[in-house]
Amino acid sequence: MLDNNKARRAVLGAAALGLALSGCGGATVESGSTGSGGGSAEDCGTVNMAVNPWVGFEADVAVVKYVAEKELGCSVNTKDLTEEVSWQGFASGEIDVIMEDWGHPDLEKQYVDEQKVATKVGESGNVGQIGWFVPPWMAEKYPDITDSKNLNKYADLFKTSESGGKGQVLDGDPSYVTNDEALVKNLDLDYKVVYAGSEAALITAFRQAEEKKTPLLGYFYTPQWFLSEVPLVKVDLPAYSEGCDADPEKVDCDYPETPLIKFARTEFMDSGSPAAKLVKNFSWTNDDQNIVAKYIAEDKMDDEDAAKKWVDANQAKVDAWIK
Amino acid sequence: MTVLTASRAAIAKPGRGRIIAAVLVVFVVLAAVFRGQNTLSLVPSDTTALHRWFNDVNHWVTTNRNDSPLFLYFFNEIRAFVDGLTTLIQNLIAQPSYGRPVPVIGWLGVVSIITLIAVAFANLRVALLVIAGFGFIGLQGLWEESMDTLALTLSAVLLALVIGIPLGIWAGLSDRVNAVVTPVLDFLQTMPTFVYLSPFALLFLIGPASATLVTLVYALPPAVRYTAHGIRSVPRASVEASESLGANGFQRLTGVLLPMSTRTIVLGLNQTIMAALSMATVASLIDAPGLGKTILKALQTLDVGTSFNAGLAIVVMAIVLDRLTTAASRRARTHRPSKLRLPLLGVAGVLTLFAIYLSRTFIWAAEFPDTVGSTDINFGNDIARISGNFADWFTTQASDVTGWMKDTTSLLLIDPLQTLLVESPWWLVAALLLALAYLLGNLRVTVLTAFCVAGLVFSGLWQDSMTTLAATLIATAATMVIGIVVGVWMARSRRADMVIRPVLDALQVMPPFVYLVPFLALFAASRFTAILAAVLYAAPVVIKVVADGISGVSATTVEAAIASGSSSTQIIWKVQIPMARQALVLAANQGICYVLAMIVVGGLVGAGALGYDVVAGFSQGELFGKGLTAGFAIVILGIMLNRITQAAAERRRTA
Repeated sequence: MLDNNKARRAVLGAAALGLALSGCGGATVESGSTGSGGGSAEDCGTVNMAVNPWVGFEADVAVVKYVAEKELGCSVNTKDLTEEVSWQGFASGEIDVIMEDWGHPDLEKQYVDEQKVATKVGESGNVGQIGWFVPPWMAEKYPDITDSKNLNKYADLFKTSESGGKGQVLDGDPSYVTNDEALVKNLDLDYKVVYAGSEAALITAFRQAEEKKTPLLGYFYTPQWFLSEVPLVKVDLPAYSEGCDADPEKVDCDYPETPLIKFARTEFMDSGSPAAKLVKNFSWTNDDQNIVAKYIAEDKMDDEDAAKKWVDANQAKVDAWIK
Repeated sequence: MTVLTASRAAIAKPGRGRIIAAVLVVFVVLAAVFRGQNTLSLVPSDTTALHRWFNDVNHWVTTNRNDSPLFLYFFNEIRAFVDGLTTLIQNLIAQPSYGRPVPVIGWLGVVSIITLIAVAFANLRVALLVIAGFGFIGLQGLWEESMDTLALTLSAVLLALVIGIPLGIWAGLSDRVNAVVTPVLDFLQTMPTFVYLSPFALLFLIGPASATLVTLVYALPPAVRYTAHGIRSVPRASVEASESLGANGFQRLTGVLLPMSTRTIVLGLNQTIMAALSMATVASLIDAPGLGKTILKALQTLDVGTSFNAGLAIVVMAIVLDRLTTAASRRARTHRPSKLRLPLLGVAGVLTLFAIYLSRTFIWAAEFPDTVGSTDINFGNDIARISGNFADWFTTQASDVTGWMKDTTSLLLIDPLQTLLVESPWWLVAALLLALAYLLGNLRVTVLTAFCVAGLVFSGLWQDSMTTLAATLIATAATMVIGIVVGVWMARSRRADMVIRPVLDALQVMPPFVYLVPFLALFAASRFTAILAAVLYAAPVVIKVVADGISGVSATTVEAAIASGSSSTQIIWKVQIPMARQALVLAANQGICYVLAMIVVGGLVGAGALGYDVVAGFSQGELFGKGLTAGFAIVILGIMLNRITQAAAERRRTA
């Protein structure tokens, strides 16, 4: 059956090719072109948005792009870049907006305070939380594991080939700052930090740990699309208090909640473009972002469809951004 | 005869073998005594003064980029030129351009042009392969992405040839130039791309120029090397003959040297294209369009199927271009134009022009169609779904067994070696390296090793370097074992060669980002996974070199050995392998280079150490300097290992 089908396709393809070659045309390029999207692009001009390599960020950009193009008539270019390179774009004028910054004091100092090419636009409404997580089955089976004081009791469970006889804390999305090495030392934990090295490695590890019910303790963060697939449970480290993480070597407390920040190129913000206003007013919750991220990551929708679906269901929020 | 000399060479110097063994024993004992002292460790998030100094340089460049004359009149000019070139090719074949909704030449035109090239420079079989290959890519639903990748590859290759061939000729003619150029090329090839991605984006801005230049850095070395090698391999007799006929330098070059080295130079073109294609994914990290982007996006959501589909398109494109250039280089050697050739080319040329016209006029010939009539002909989604499901199923089934493999290998092999190198005092390991360099090689290489050791200590990344060294040694050893076993097999059986070679080609060009996720599922984030990825990437090259070397052993020698009653094993061990020693040395060197090239990928899957330092340095501004230093440390390791093996091989030969 299958072969038959394929053969039919091939024959059809060949036939179409033959037909076309014999000069029986089809739609021509000129008649087929209906002018590319966007109506009055002149009012708004072009907006260059950075897309940093995680799905939540992509969700932010998808929605802003959709609204800017469909409702404001802007034309939006997206550029896939890492954080550091995106910031460089503020100085060279190639990037107008970064929608979700997790805190880069060094870059902020350089581009906002010194060069004055970038502006802190405000919070995106999302709140980031870095922390240590375990798969849900562990939290169920060992309820007291979510208190870091009990971690040493369970250290044996977390031994791997990489952790040299101690428990393993799987770390290391290279994009994120980590205090874990200091935490292990200062909290006297019988653990070793192992650097997985990529978000893909962390997610694969957690996914497998839940599927096979194997123990795993690792560094993770919210908002993140994967949490809607496997709702990881956070382990409570000693509560964060102002300044307890001031000296990187003496950190002995949990990661702070981080309101995620929008940054933009100063000139762009001052341009009076309606897109600048949209970026300024844009604000949504972690749930909003998670759902769009889920459309993209799990339902495999493309960015525009995902954005459309959310916008259609949340027109009131969108109206508040552009009114 | 050979059997005799080979075994005599082995018996001739038992003294040195014993000394080396003694040195190793002393090392192990001292390592146990001093374990944990002076290990020069540095936590991944910490930096040294050197690293911070690099950060300051980076900071200075960012601040002064817009008003320093160096940028205004130098980097910006380069950028404008390269930008123009790449954008031009993109407009021609990949992106909607010049006010039209489609590229200047649509898919039908592109396929026809490449087919015409195949007919003109290769042969009909390759021409058919071109049509099948590019048709396949179109049916995968990846035409536009593939053309973006091809455009970037072409412009990088073009630049590589324009710079590389003259430079290669110069290096081929002058020993002094060669001596200067070779280490620079080594450096370009071993320095991990991640290290210079963000500086390039800073110097040449975000866009096609940076992506092309990043690719160029990696693609240039083969173009230079092969050209120089080609020029050097022209027999002296031919050169002298032309001299005696009174040819001047230029005539000698165009009349003798270049024609006689065309084949090697075209082979260099082949390697240049492969190198450029292999950068497709990494360049996407700074917004290079194309298949690499599809792969990276899919990786974010762990979509193995989609990234496999895109990876497959890269493999298909690589194989088509490889066969095309290889066939062209063969023809360059046996140039015998037939009478039918010109008329045939004329007809093909007219057909191509017609196809270009169609592809500019009709949508079906401009954009690769997804459907014919109402039938869906795009099978990209099927490939993605099936491969994704297969990867899921396989990893679930096999992960217990593979997990056990990982644990056992780590415990018995990786841990002991790493403990010796990482937890011993640095001076003890340094002493061992120097002693081995002297005993295996010579005084010169010992001095070089001393410099390398000093460099590693100065980098502040000694301990990370030792962790990476341990992994590199194991990966290289495993690669050599596999390389020799499979290489010998391929050389001795035509059928094995026919089946294995395409698999090797695919492994060599399939971007590692595609199989990262299944590997992680099978072997977890671990050093083992990193070593395995390195072996998988390095083995194909080593196997090919070994197979070529063994095939090159003269048939009469082998026949003589058979006639004298040697068994197959005796022939392999006593005749073929010793006589292919040159090839084995080359294989070891290539093995080391390729294993080192995968260190960064290793960092992404749990190897930590230098690979992770490089990746983190790319992502976090505060670690930029550390990442850069880690890149240098990788280069140093490469130089040290390669020079010691080379010296050891020379010593054996002359002993």
